[in-house]
Amino acid sequence: MASTTVESGAAGHGAEPRGKRSEDGQATYLIAVAEALWEEMERDERVIMLGEDIGVYGGAFKVTEGFLERFGPDRVMDTPIAEETIVGFAVGAAMEGWRPIAEFQYSDFMSSGFDEITTVLSRYHYRSGVRTPVVLRAPSGGGVRASSFHSVNPEPWFAYAGGIKIMCPAFPSDAKGLLKSAIRDDNPSLFLEHKALYRRIKEHVSEDPAALIPISSAAVKRPGDDVTIVTYGAMVHKALEAADTLAGRGISAEVVDLRTVYPIDEETVIRSIEKTSRALVLYESFHFLGIGAEVASVIAEKAFEHLDAPVMRLAPPNHPVPFSPPLEDAFLPQVADIEAAVDRLSAW
Amino acid sequence: MTSIQMPQLGETIVEGTILKWLKSEGDQVKADEPLFEISTDKVDTEVPSPVAGTVTKLLVAEGATVPVGTAVMEIDDGSGAGGNGASAPASAPTAAPAQPATPAAEAPAPAEPAQPTPQPQQPAPARTTAAPSTMPDRGPRSGILSPIVRKLARERGIDLATIAGTGDGGRITKADVLAATAAPPAAGTTVTPLPSVGPAAAAVMVAAPSMPAGQGEEAQPISHIRKAIATHMLASTQQTARAWTMVEVNVDRLVHLREESKEKFQANFGVKLTYLPMVTRATIDALQQFPLVNSRLDGETIVTPRFVNMGIAVSYDAGLIVPVVKGADGMNTVGIARAIADLAARARSHQLQPDEVQGATFTITNPGPYGSLLSVPIINQPNAGILSLDGIQKRPVVVEDDAIAVRSMVYISMSWDHRLIDGELATRFLARVKHNLETWDFAEDLGL
Repeated sequence: MASTTVESGAAGHGAEPRGKRSEDGQATYLIAVAEALWEEMERDERVIMLGEDIGVYGGAFKVTEGFLERFGPDRVMDTPIAEETIVGFAVGAAMEGWRPIAEFQYSDFMSSGFDEITTVLSRYHYRSGVRTPVVLRAPSGGGVRASSFHSVNPEPWFAYAGGIKIMCPAFPSDAKGLLKSAIRDDNPSLFLEHKALYRRIKEHVSEDPAALIPISSAAVKRPGDDVTIVTYGAMVHKALEAADTLAGRGISAEVVDLRTVYPIDEETVIRSIEKTSRALVLYESFHFLGIGAEVASVIAEKAFEHLDAPVMRLAPPNHPVPFSPPLEDAFLPQVADIEAAVDRLSAW
Repeated sequence: MTSIQMPQLGETIVEGTILKWLKSEGDQVKADEPLFEISTDKVDTEVPSPVAGTVTKLLVAEGATVPVGTAVMEIDDGSGAGGNGASAPASAPTAAPAQPATPAAEAPAPAEPAQPTPQPQQPAPARTTAAPSTMPDRGPRSGILSPIVRKLARERGIDLATIAGTGDGGRITKADVLAATAAPPAAGTTVTPLPSVGPAAAAVMVAAPSMPAGQGEEAQPISHIRKAIATHMLASTQQTARAWTMVEVNVDRLVHLREESKEKFQANFGVKLTYLPMVTRATIDALQQFPLVNSRLDGETIVTPRFVNMGIAVSYDAGLIVPVVKGADGMNTVGIARAIADLAARARSHQLQPDEVQGATFTITNPGPYGSLLSVPIINQPNAGILSLDGIQKRPVVVEDDAIAVRSMVYISMSWDHRLIDGELATRFLARVKHNLETWDFAEDLGL
């Protein structure tokens, strides 16, 4: 599966030199990820990286460009197109005291390493007492016309495994701070970088190598009083755009960015519902059993007394991500869909 | 095998009582032959057989009340096992086995699915059985209290009955409760703990404290009709914002007209001449002038029919029933008189069809003949108002030139729903009725 995508995928879906920060110090999401890796490689020589084309080529999306030159082939390893081996290698290296970061070219291909991830990586510490501080990195998500093999949101599959922390940041600062936290955490993590955000989002990002964002902490990205939109990843940006329009119509929407989808920061979510009493859960993984399904049930279970309307969900159907642009647009929740859902929720 | 079910006689009817079995197990029945008598909230009627065959089983005891759609009887019509799932395997009739029961396995698949309801070509009784909806229509979401609304009401001691909901279907929202607590309580507003705002029907039979019949007292189960009246009346008082307005009408001319013409009218048209058709005709004109009085509230929508279906309250031995003169705006006073006479007579002989007691857009009650002076009726929901025609009396009144004269006078009043109508409209409406009755020459309209 992966073999067909090393060339077409890397060349066809946004791979280009990662470049530098802008003069005013703003960083793209991609640069923020690269900085986190770079700083942690500098800080701790037990941190190593492995993956397909991450060395000589600099990564399918050019996140790791320049790393081979700086850290050498012992710490930046190009691997065969064999995801199960990549994970197995990372687990073994972690058992020996390394802190491996394994990159998947697309999160779609993580399923080729499914058994190593779910039955080995997620449980090894429980079974043996030996820590496996592995970080799995992968570009995920749709909206970039990349069809069903390059657009998956795999976070529910691996959240279900238990034992693996999963981050899906929406902003460069969060991406940098969370990735550094994941690398320093002694537990396995899955760090999903939304590929639609790599070069589209830019903001001021701390240059302090000690600045971290804690795992399992959600953030209120926009305060509001009437409705809470709980979301994560690329949907955060759509939610913020919808909230702007809704404000013009007198509906004050609060946008809660989960940032970490497993384990969820329940407290921040519940605090927001206590204020607004209405919840729209917006997510890009599939509607049925997606991350938002769990968020919705947390709200129903733990914030029931504060609800003034049923918890609503907005998410794509359980269906392959379509290649056709109009179909992909129809498949993914759009800003207008969010506004319509909030309108329904507000009117309830 | 055909399974006969309790039919649904009207969209809000949820159950019915088997008054009397007209057939026993083993009896032969022809298609359309009455099988049993039932009593529902609205009417008593006979249920005819949809098929010819042999009654194999009576599944419900006489006097039992069962939900609409419940299988009450089985008839072996030679179609084998079928029916609609409610039919048991054919068992030998317990009495007078005129025909051997057909074993299900040998029977061919029925060419026509056995219908629990009468065939379409036959007359009205029990025809509204399709797609039984067992939920009473309470309007969308109006009664839902969300968890936060309950919590706030409890914490702040708010009587939710005092709050008007702005949510979907009139639901009380959190914002409504917060707005109500932010505003200073209106004078006379009682702040009490959360009241029970459950469905009115549930409250009807809960008479606390219980006081069973003692010596010298007679105990009788409440009838279906009585229960329905109780439920509807209580629901109306709880769900409408009832206000009341009265006018006094000089009906001297009508009294003279009736005294002069009643024999001729009866000879011409076969029904008695009473004041009710004249008042009905005058009221219809006013409804046409002020269509909002003819309207109803459906959730947050005001529905205004372009026609008048006049409900006429009729008392009979079982209680009260409101047959409806359909399309009354298309009738002259003679037509109205005939329609009322027909409906009242059939109401009193328990022969009304289900669709004859539905769809009123306005209602008139007429306690006058029993000697009332003034009445404050309860609105027949979902109507916006109900007009009461009370007793005509000779009274000394001030006439032209400040002289005092004896005239036939009557109080005509209306209970109206302040949610839909305001006082000005109600008064102008009644003034129009009064004007019509005092100025119209009914002789021509009555064919006299």
